[in-house]
Amino acid sequence: MPPVLEMRQITKTFPGVKALDNVSLSVEQGEIHALVGENGAGKSTLMKILSGVYPHGSYDGEIHYNGGLAKFGGIPDSEKSGIIIIHQELALVPLLSIAENLFLGNEVARHGIINWPEAFQRTKELLVKVGLSEVPTTHVGKLGVGKQQLVEIAKALSKDVKLLILDEPTAALQENDSQKLLDLLLELKALGITSILISHKLNEVERVADTITVIRDGAIVSTLSAKDNEISEERIIMDMVGRDMAHRYPERERRIGETLFEISDWNVWHPEQTERQVIKEARLSIGRGEVVGIAGLMGSGRTELAMSIFGRSYGRNISGTAALGGEPVDVSTVDRAIAAGLAYVTEDRKALGLLLDETIQRNVSLANLPAVSMNGVLNEAEEQKVAERYRGAMNIRTPSVQQLVVNLSGGNQQKVVLSKWLFADPQVLILDEPTRGIDVGAKFEIYGIINRLAGEGRGILMISSEMPELLGMCDRIYVMNEGALVGELAAAEASQERIMSYIVRK
Amino acid sequence: MAAVEKQASGEGRGIGSYLASHLREYGMILALVAIMVFFQIMTDGTLLRPVNITNLFLQNSYIIIMALGMLLVIVAGHIDLSVGSVVGFIGALAAILMVDQGWSIYAAVPFCLFIGIVIGAAQGYWVAYWNIPSFIVTLAGMLVFRGATLWLLEGQSVGPFPREFQALSTGFIPDLFGVKRPNITAIVAGVMIASTLVWMGLRNRQRNAQYGIEGEPLSFFAIRNLLVAGAIVFVAYKLATFRGLPNVLITMGVLIVIYAFLTESTVIGRRIYALGGNRKAAKLSGVKTERLTFLTFVNMGMLAALAGLIFAARLNTATPKAGVAFELDVIAAVFIGGASMSGGVGKIVGAVVGAFIMGVMNNGMSIMGIGIDYQQVIKGLVLLAAVIFDVYNKNKQG
Repeated sequence: MPPVLEMRQITKTFPGVKALDNVSLSVEQGEIHALVGENGAGKSTLMKILSGVYPHGSYDGEIHYNGGLAKFGGIPDSEKSGIIIIHQELALVPLLSIAENLFLGNEVARHGIINWPEAFQRTKELLVKVGLSEVPTTHVGKLGVGKQQLVEIAKALSKDVKLLILDEPTAALQENDSQKLLDLLLELKALGITSILISHKLNEVERVADTITVIRDGAIVSTLSAKDNEISEERIIMDMVGRDMAHRYPERERRIGETLFEISDWNVWHPEQTERQVIKEARLSIGRGEVVGIAGLMGSGRTELAMSIFGRSYGRNISGTAALGGEPVDVSTVDRAIAAGLAYVTEDRKALGLLLDETIQRNVSLANLPAVSMNGVLNEAEEQKVAERYRGAMNIRTPSVQQLVVNLSGGNQQKVVLSKWLFADPQVLILDEPTRGIDVGAKFEIYGIINRLAGEGRGILMISSEMPELLGMCDRIYVMNEGALVGELAAAEASQERIMSYIVRK
Repeated sequence: MAAVEKQASGEGRGIGSYLASHLREYGMILALVAIMVFFQIMTDGTLLRPVNITNLFLQNSYIIIMALGMLLVIVAGHIDLSVGSVVGFIGALAAILMVDQGWSIYAAVPFCLFIGIVIGAAQGYWVAYWNIPSFIVTLAGMLVFRGATLWLLEGQSVGPFPREFQALSTGFIPDLFGVKRPNITAIVAGVMIASTLVWMGLRNRQRNAQYGIEGEPLSFFAIRNLLVAGAIVFVAYKLATFRGLPNVLITMGVLIVIYAFLTESTVIGRRIYALGGNRKAAKLSGVKTERLTFLTFVNMGMLAALAGLIFAARLNTATPKAGVAFELDVIAAVFIGGASMSGGVGKIVGAVVGAFIMGVMNNGMSIMGIGIDYQQVIKGLVLLAAVIFDVYNKNKQG
């Protein structure tokens, strides 16, 4: 059988950059085809060409789809042919119901008047298909990210999808939601729907993909097939970064000193639902030079704990004590927490970490402006020098520190956030999902930075949903579940199974 | 050495490409110049007559002064609709105090400024600490203070003011050299300001070069400074041949310098931009976002009070209608000057240029005898065009 989709010798040039160079991709009917590569490798560009975001004529090469030459002039064209792309940032309207979202732009209507009974009926059918038991009138904003993702897929199904493209669908999902989504992909496959899956999570890719295509620097590096048993994580990583990464986590000489920071009897209540206790009697400590992890499912209260410690940025009626170097310390507002020597690197760098429309320079200095000013007057030349220093030290890939942060890749943005906090010279860094949404190469660099910071005698508290990362990086791991720290494991005794057993034990 | 090489490469790019890449920054200044040339021709040279230049400053001073505060409010991500009513209210208060109650100007002016601060604080409190949208809080303020103005004045006009109070707006700096026409003080001041600006520019350039920061091409720097210095000396000379430097020009000039410095070179200014750019990120970086928001409104209240005093002094009477729709001119000036509705973007110089664009158009069209009906339509379209130009440029760059 001929492949359902063939992209032949696609070349796409942006001013000054060749984003894709002679790329050919062939997808078989009914397979799950994974596309992996570092950020900026060209995956998204290729998919934007396929879905008509970059219309025919704006690139070189040919797309053959269903045996014919496809010339998509826009997204409506590709959708008409059954090619539907689900972007990483979901395109749902939170204040509209599931049914309204499903048929948005494609309403079940005659002469502009919506037939609600039929729309609800069809919504129910579609929801069953994706395994959602919600009522069609539920507002999408009330659903978790995982369920919203399923609504997006239901929306694709409503448009009679033949080729489904998913861009990092599980990036924001926790383990069991990811599993559900992957199971659904396998079910869709059984129904004959072809999928292209872009993902950074190699274990997932390995689990569901029939074929894996690795892209690097705008060119195809390899195409691996499950049938021929070519797929292995090591192989994929090697192809992605172009070098053998024997150790995914850089080595660190572990020298752990006395206790640096600790909290005890830490209680936090929900900011709106006043009777709900989000953090219960938490107690944790971090030593000098120690990397301490917090494992747990999304929603277990990890971020809430971190933010409540950092200047009471989350929650209300916070009680408990914090001590730095054995002395009680006031962390009741953000500026006091910073002055005390704390830093919090947020999990949501775009919404909470960065001034996207500002320059790298202005982002780096933000948390410690007094250090580049005298009597409240800024010394911008000094500020630029500082930014340049961090550009070098953190290997932020940009021609100039005057570059706007919005133009950087995820990995480089994360390095800017880290630079900002390092410039504040904290003793304790709380890193919340420090490698979320960034590629393997940049991850390795971030790990190196973390090790360097620990080596300087700082204490690191690292929150992560990726257990291998915690196991690879941490000296000690706390397990969090439903707002309580339910377990503590030393690196030597920790394993994914043991962490999970704490979580499910309750 | 490296710095020298960078400088040289900057030179190589030439003026044209530099101007093209900074079109957003200089676009509005070019537009102002074009508008002035246009009206200079259309009014047969009346626009730039000494008496008219003096009038331009007198007419627009209170709008510009409020635009300084409004820029901060808008950069912080808010809006203040109440300033026009505050202008009316403070004017009325000043009239009641000085005309009816016989207060001295030295007691009444500080008291009125203090009331302005209180008004700003009263509104800023709800915006900053209760998260009530500024649009609503200041819309309420707009109604409240318009009503309070009517109540204070009992629907009547109150005046005239003492002579020394009028001088706040219509007074001129006397010629210290005793020549009077031309007023040597004005010329000397113009030359001094122009040379100070050039000197500061040179120093800044030198310092940047030391740190290896690439600046504008040298030729561009020279031409720009020549034009700016020339314009200042030209205006100073024109003013000198009339009655010299208006007091209000001094007030305005000093405030512009202070606020330009505040926004561009101080920690607090930088934090206001951060707050407007991303409030949550700023807060998590230790910026006291509530207090800063509060202060921008306090500052706005004070400047609106100052504008109210200047406006009352200019009319020499307080009327219930004083300041009606001023907020729209002020907000328009800030947006024409390139500020972003969503906060985080905008410059003092832009707001001042924006205010002058509106002011020159008002003035020029009035001289030409264009009806108030057409004037409104044209001003509205200019506001729209300016913002479209801005958005277009941003899209092109992004």
